[in-house]
Amino acid sequence: MSENFRVALLGNPNCGKSALFNKLTGARQKIANYPGVTVERVAGILALPDGTQAEVIDLPGAYAFDASSPDEEVTRQVVQGEFPGEAEPDVLVLVLDAGNLEQHLVFAQEVLALGKPTIVALNMIDMAERDGLKLDATVLSQALGVPVIETVAVRRRGLDDLKSAIADARAQIGTHADRPVMDATERRLEARTIAKATVYQTSKARRVGDRLDSVLLNPWAGPLILLALLFVIFQAVFAWAAPLTDALDGGAGALGAWVEGALPESFLRDLLTEGIIAGVGSVVVFLPQIVILFLFILIMEATGYMARAAFLMDRLMAGVGLSGRSFIPLLSSFACAIPGIMATRSIADPKDRLTTILIAPLMTCSARLPVYAVIIAAFIPAREVGWGIGLQGLVLLALYLAGIVGALIVALVLRGTLTKGGATGFIMELPRYQLPSVGDIALGLWQRAWVFLRRAGTIIFSATVILWVLLSFPQAEPGESQVDASFAGQIADGLNVVLEPIGFNREISLALIPAMAAREVAVASLATTYAIDAENEEAEAEGLASTLSNRWSLPTALAFLAWFVFAPQCLSTIAVARRETNGWKWPLFMVGYLFALAYIFAGITYWSAVALGL
Amino acid sequence: MTLESLKPGHRARIAAIDWGALPPADAKRMRALGFETGVEVGMAHHGVFGGRDPVAVSIGRMTIALRKSQASAISLEAD
Ligand SMILES: Nc1nc2c(ncn2[C@@H]2O[C@H](COP(=O)(O)OP(=O)(O)O)[C@@H](O)[C@H]2O)c(=O)[nH]1
Ligand SMILES: [Mg+2]
Repeated sequence: MSENFRVALLGNPNCGKSALFNKLTGARQKIANYPGVTVERVAGILALPDGTQAEVIDLPGAYAFDASSPDEEVTRQVVQGEFPGEAEPDVLVLVLDAGNLEQHLVFAQEVLALGKPTIVALNMIDMAERDGLKLDATVLSQALGVPVIETVAVRRRGLDDLKSAIADARAQIGTHADRPVMDATERRLEARTIAKATVYQTSKARRVGDRLDSVLLNPWAGPLILLALLFVIFQAVFAWAAPLTDALDGGAGALGAWVEGALPESFLRDLLTEGIIAGVGSVVVFLPQIVILFLFILIMEATGYMARAAFLMDRLMAGVGLSGRSFIPLLSSFACAIPGIMATRSIADPKDRLTTILIAPLMTCSARLPVYAVIIAAFIPAREVGWGIGLQGLVLLALYLAGIVGALIVALVLRGTLTKGGATGFIMELPRYQLPSVGDIALGLWQRAWVFLRRAGTIIFSATVILWVLLSFPQAEPGESQVDASFAGQIADGLNVVLEPIGFNREISLALIPAMAAREVAVASLATTYAIDAENEEAEAEGLASTLSNRWSLPTALAFLAWFVFAPQCLSTIAVARRETNGWKWPLFMVGYLFALAYIFAGITYWSAVALGL
Repeated sequence: MTLESLKPGHRARIAAIDWGALPPADAKRMRALGFETGVEVGMAHHGVFGGRDPVAVSIGRMTIALRKSQASAISLEAD
């Protein structure tokens, strides 16, 4: 058989492309780099009824080829075969929202004019019916001159028909159909005419969601509900995850002890227990928190509430020269700055977008959680400050707020200087409310958990192994400390000259080097360093938190926390910023300003704490 | 009267749009969403707190969020 042919899904935003894509390809998806919320290029394999296969790609939603945002531009380039490294798709599946045909048919005219083999998926038939619309797909098919398949992506309705239509379209690959090329006004008129003919029973545009909006977008209740929701999210990330995190932690400890007992004393055993299990294990335990955070973000996206949140936040964001559109990337950045930075592609204004990219790393991402959690557990007493609020939680909240306030101030400064430009607007469709599909959410969660575990298995694994080797050689003379004698110790001595004034000790300097790869490596490195140290002193192996509380002063611990609010210790973020800004200039600026802030604020924290006698 | 002063729950037809007053990218996006002379729009919701900015406008079967500064480029027919 010939090689796979290529099918691209496209249409206006929120027409159900991704839902359809998930059902067509199942779990057989390949996500390039990191999955963004709605913007990343996602490819999968579709098994056709005749036993052959097709490669399917899910393109970012677009209102027109005449792009007004970078993600629309990606769609245009891919479809027209101009996207570097991406072969031109052979067959297009144009997804239309049956409940909003007049609007969706405008872009459809533009897609059809390309003359490629095209199939229309008339999706969300169920929602259209709920709204009281009745449509005739045959009329639509005749008007457009291409096959039209009625689908309900979330319920698999029409899926088999769509697959057969895709298989049939194979015969037309390479042919060009002459279809009329129209200007924008003609497209709109044509769309209106076709929609009128197709929809034979209509209703008032009143939707079930209007009543929800009058509460959720209420000028006073709306923001309070959003605030309460954000509070619940952060509470859940800690409270719900705790038992799971403890279980994983216990598992890693038990595994280490088992390996310790099962293997004879050897180089390999030390590498396994001190390097890999102590290092990688200390990071993997944070999986539950990351999954819970993403669960909320995915649900907010899928229900349509995320766009409402952007609407509510627009006023606040406008205050620092941004718009509500920046809210979604910034909220995603609480999970991870990488999907956050990629989600900025939906921001039309280039300066708005650049500013959002530059401040995204200030949002407290999940990789900081391991660092914060360990230090807080070690140094902040688990005391209640009243009303059932714990001191530890309060400190964590303060760290999150420090990042947010920092980001807002930086945005304000940047918009007045480097990214100065005309006031930007805010235009955003508020999609219909939906019940989220459990399958789609589960798939999204699985993909994100997998990305995290892969990171733990690759970057964090290699960083801890390299660090372990650097720490273990050369071997110390009797009586000398292993860490002092090691290569790593010598490197850290050098770095410590710079970091000592802000209260950092040599172990911190040592941990910061491999943590350039990813922040959570800092915890893994501290665990590895102290594990080697403990072995050297023949001390009882103790938990990392209690080790730290015995060895660090409180001002040092606080300075370390302040450092991580700002420090851009994540190679992947720097790499994605380079890709998204097309050059090194802005990522270097980002790294520079963030390190400067980290140094200054860690210093201020340390010296204030010392002055206060903490 | 321009769109931003339409009361919530009320509808009106667009009399004219001052495209020149809008940044080109905004104008492009608004055209793509179907804003043009003769189209009926409605005020769905006003925005948050004191400024009531942005506003949510219904057009066709969609609801679109817009800043008041953008909505003010759209003049409505008096009825
Ligand atoms: N009721 C219903 N919901 C759908 C259908 N297709 C997609 N959805 C939902 O519509 C929302 C937007 O879909 P999504 O696939 O993310 O749209 P995209 O922006 O085009 O990728 C999601 O909440 C989907 O679960 C459908 O046929 N019927
Ligand atoms: Mg999508």
